[in-house]
Amino acid sequence: MSLPMILLALAVLGTVSFILSRKRAIASVGGDARRLHSLPTYYGMHGLLMAMIPAAGLLVAWLVIQPLMLERSIAADFPESAIPEGSTIGLVMSDVRRVADALDRVADQGALAGRSLEELEAVIADGGTAMGADLSDALLTAANDYRAARGSLNMIMLVAVFAVGLIGAAWAWKRSEGEFRARNVVETGVLILLVAAASIAILTTLGIVLSMLFETMNFFQQYDWKRFFLSATWDPSFSGRGGGSELGIIPLLWGTLYISLIALIVSVPIGLFAAIYLSEYAGKKFRSIAKPLIEILAGIPTIVYGLFALITVGPMLRDAIASPLGLGSSASSVMTAGLVMGIMLIPFVSSLSDDIINAVPQAMRDGSLGLGATQSETIKQVIIPAALPGIVGAVLLAASRAIGETMIVVLGAGAAAKLDLNPFEAMTTVTVKIVSQLTGDTDFASPETLVAFALGLTLFVITLGLNVLALYIVRKYREQYE
Amino acid sequence: MTDATAPIGAGQGSLIQQDSRTAKRNAAEKRFKMYGLAAVCVGIAMLIMLVTSILSNGVSAFFQTTIQIMVELPEEKLDKSGVRDPEVMAKVTTFGYAPLLRDGLQKTLEDNGIETELSAKDAADLISDESVAQLRRYVLANPELIGQTIPVEVLASGRIDGFYKGRVTYESAELDSNVSPEQLDLAEALKGADLLKTGFNWRFFTAPDASVTRPEAAGLGVAIIGSFYMMLIVLCLALPIGVAASIYLEEFAPQNRFTDLIEVNISNLAAVPSIVFGILGLAIFINFAGLPQSAPIVGGLVLTLMTLPTIIIATRASLKSVPPSIRDAALGLGASKMQAVFHHVLPLAMPGILTGTIIGLAQALGETAPLLLIGMVAFVREYPAGPPEGLFDPATALPVQIFNFTQRSDPAFVERASGAIIVLLLFLLIMNLTAIFLRRRFERRW
Repeated sequence: MSLPMILLALAVLGTVSFILSRKRAIASVGGDARRLHSLPTYYGMHGLLMAMIPAAGLLVAWLVIQPLMLERSIAADFPESAIPEGSTIGLVMSDVRRVADALDRVADQGALAGRSLEELEAVIADGGTAMGADLSDALLTAANDYRAARGSLNMIMLVAVFAVGLIGAAWAWKRSEGEFRARNVVETGVLILLVAAASIAILTTLGIVLSMLFETMNFFQQYDWKRFFLSATWDPSFSGRGGGSELGIIPLLWGTLYISLIALIVSVPIGLFAAIYLSEYAGKKFRSIAKPLIEILAGIPTIVYGLFALITVGPMLRDAIASPLGLGSSASSVMTAGLVMGIMLIPFVSSLSDDIINAVPQAMRDGSLGLGATQSETIKQVIIPAALPGIVGAVLLAASRAIGETMIVVLGAGAAAKLDLNPFEAMTTVTVKIVSQLTGDTDFASPETLVAFALGLTLFVITLGLNVLALYIVRKYREQYE
Repeated sequence: MTDATAPIGAGQGSLIQQDSRTAKRNAAEKRFKMYGLAAVCVGIAMLIMLVTSILSNGVSAFFQTTIQIMVELPEEKLDKSGVRDPEVMAKVTTFGYAPLLRDGLQKTLEDNGIETELSAKDAADLISDESVAQLRRYVLANPELIGQTIPVEVLASGRIDGFYKGRVTYESAELDSNVSPEQLDLAEALKGADLLKTGFNWRFFTAPDASVTRPEAAGLGVAIIGSFYMMLIVLCLALPIGVAASIYLEEFAPQNRFTDLIEVNISNLAAVPSIVFGILGLAIFINFAGLPQSAPIVGGLVLTLMTLPTIIIATRASLKSVPPSIRDAALGLGASKMQAVFHHVLPLAMPGILTGTIIGLAQALGETAPLLLIGMVAFVREYPAGPPEGLFDPATALPVQIFNFTQRSDPAFVERASGAIIVLLLFLLIMNLTAIFLRRRFERRW
C-alpha cells in the first residue's frame, strides 16, 4: 500500500468517525441539539481528530525510525570481508538499498526466480539503477534480507496505524454524549496543531545546523581543520586518484568577499540615492511609476541575472575594458559578477533605506528647514545621521545577501580559485564550490564531497552573524524614535 | 546651522540678486537632487537593459524553421513481418529510419527541380537528427501508414535554424565544420520553393530537453511539469502550515522564551542563503529519508521550507491589520477565542494571506540554487507520471533547465535559455499581477 493510499484511507476513516460521533451525540440527547454541551459539529470534529491525528503521528514516526533501525540491523549482519576495498559500510548499505528497490520493481513483473548474478545485474541496470560496486553474493543476500524485513515491517506498520486509528475513533464515539465538553477538547487539539506548525521553523533551523554539523565533523576527521581554514590553495583531486587534495577556504572566501565588495560599491550609493530621491524629492506621480519599476528588479529570479552576466555584461566588460587594457581575457570575472549582483541588490538597499528614511520623524525635517537649511543640507546633516544605524543595518543585510548569492557567481564569476587583486580575473566563491562539489557523482565518504558541508556551515555562520548584527542594529535604532 | 550664524552684512543681502554663498548652496542643492535622479534612472536603465538583453536573445526561440518533405515508408524496411504490430516494428531502430528521410529529401528536391552539388548525406544534414526519432515514433503510433508516401514536416538542423535567425551567416559558415555555404544555398532554394518555413514553435513548450547536439529540438515540457508539481507541493504544504503558525504566533502565543525562539528562527530563516536549504534537502530528505534524487517531491519540500517565512510574515501582517474590535465583538457574543479567530478574523485576513502566498510561490518558482544540489540538473527526457506517483519521478524545473542550457557550448542554447527565461518571467508576471489584483479587489482598509 503506497503512502498516498494510506493517507487517503485514514481520511476516509476520519470522515466515517466524524459522522458516527456526531450522530451518537445527537442521539444521546434525544435529537435536541440544544441540550448538548457543544455544537454537534464539535462532536464530529472530535471523532475526526481522534481517528486521524494519533494514527498519522505514528505513521510519520514509524517512517522516520524504521529505515534507521532496519539499516542498522542489516549492516550488523553484513560480513566484514564482503566490503570492497576502499568502500565503507555506509556506501555498501546505499547499494543494498538500491538493489532492494530495483529488485522490488522487477519482482512486480514476476521475473526474478532462478536467475544468476550476472543476469540480475543486467536486470538492475536495465531498471536505470546505477550501483557503486559490483553485485556480490553478500550484497544480494543483504538486499533480499532487507526486502523481506521491509515487507513484513511495512505490514506491521499498516496494521498498527489502522489499529490506532480505529481505537481513537471508537474512544471518541464512546465519549460523544450530551455532557461531554467536545468543543474544549477540539480546541485544545487544534491549538496543539498550531503550536506544532509554528515549531517547524525551529525544526528547520535544527535540521540545517545538525545536518551540516554532522557531515562537517566527518570531514574534519579526514581532513585537518587547520589546513582547511589556513591553507591558501584550493586544489581538489577527484576521488579515485587517491588523496592529496588541498582544500583551503581562503581563496574562496577572498573571491566571495571581493565580489560582495564590488556589489556593495555598486548597489549602496545607487540604492541609497534612489531611496533619498524617491522619498524626499520625487513627486507623487513620478514616485508611483519609478518605485514599482525599481522593485521589479527584486522580483527577477537570480538565474536571469546569471544569464545576463554570462551573455551580456561579461563579454561587454571584456571587450570594452579588460582586453584593451590587457587586464584579462575572460568574460567571467569578479567585476562581471560584482556588477550584476550590485544591480540585483539596488532594490533591496533602496526599499530598506526608504523605510528607514521614512521613519525619521517629520519634526526633525521641519526644524532643519525652518532654520533655513536647504533640502539637501537637511538630508545630509539631519536625516542621514539620524538614519545612519538603520542604513548600516541595511548594508549589512545586503552584504549577507551578496555573500550567499549563488546563481550569479556560478554563471558570472568563473570556477578558478585564485588569490588575486585584478577584478577582471575569474575567481570563485564559497557558493560556487558548494554547487560544484555536490552536483554530479558524489561520494559521501570522500573529503572532496564532504568539504561542501564545511563550506556550507561556514557560509551559514557568516550570514547568520551578519543578519543577527543587522537586525540588532535596526531594532535598536527603531526604538529610538518610537 | 553655520549659515544662520554666518556674518552677513545688512546691506549685502538682496532678495533679487543671489550672493555667491546662496548661489553655491543652491547649486549644491541642484547637484544633490541630480545625483538622486541619476540613481533612479540608473536603476530603471538597468532594468530596461536586462529585459532587452533577454528579449533580443530569446524571442527567436519561439520560432522554429521546419522543412516539408515527402517520405516513403517502405514495408520491407519497416515491417518485414507485415503484422503492423508496433512491438515488432520497434525492432527497427532510428538507424533504419535515417535513410528514409535522406531519400525523402532527395525525392522532394527532384520533384521541385532543385539542383544541388551536395551529396545526399550532406544535404540530409539540413535535417535535425531529432526528426528521425520523431518519424519513428510517429510511424509506430500509426502503423497503417506503412507502404504510403506521406508528407512530413521535419525540424531543420540547428545551424540552418540559426541562419534564418541571423545567428549563422555565410562568413561564419565558412569556418564552421557543422554547416557549409552550399548547405545554406540549398536551404535558400528550399525556402524559394516554399518548402522551408519558419513558424511558431509550439514544441518549445511541450517537448522534453534534447541532447547537446540538437538545440533545435530542446523544449521545456518536462521542466514546466516539474515546476508545476513543485508549486503544487509548496501550495499544499506551505499555505496550511504557514497560516497555522501565524495564527498561533499572532493570536495565541504567550510572551515567553519559546515564542521568542520561534520568532528569531523565522526571521533568520528568511535570510538564510537559499543554497543552504539545498544542503539541508540533500542531507535530510535524500541521504537520511531516502527520497529519490531529482524528484519534484524533494524539490517541493525544500522550497516549502524556503517559502514558509515569507508566507508567515505576510500572514501575520494581514492578521495584525484586522482591527481588535472584530475579535471583541465575537468574544462579546459568546464565541470562544478559537471561534473568533477561525470564523471572523481569518476570513477577513484571507486576501492578504493569499497575496503573500502567491508572492512566496513566485519566489519559489524562480529559485535555482537549492534544486541544483538535490539532483534536478539531471538530463531528463521522460515526462513524469501523473500525481501522486509522478511526484517521485525524475523531473527538472524551469530555472534549472535554463541553467542546463547555459552550460552547453552550442550558441543556439543561449537562445533557448533566453526563451525559457521569457517563459519563466511570463509565469512570474501572471502570478504577481494576480497578487496585485487580489490586493486591489479584496483588501479592506479599516
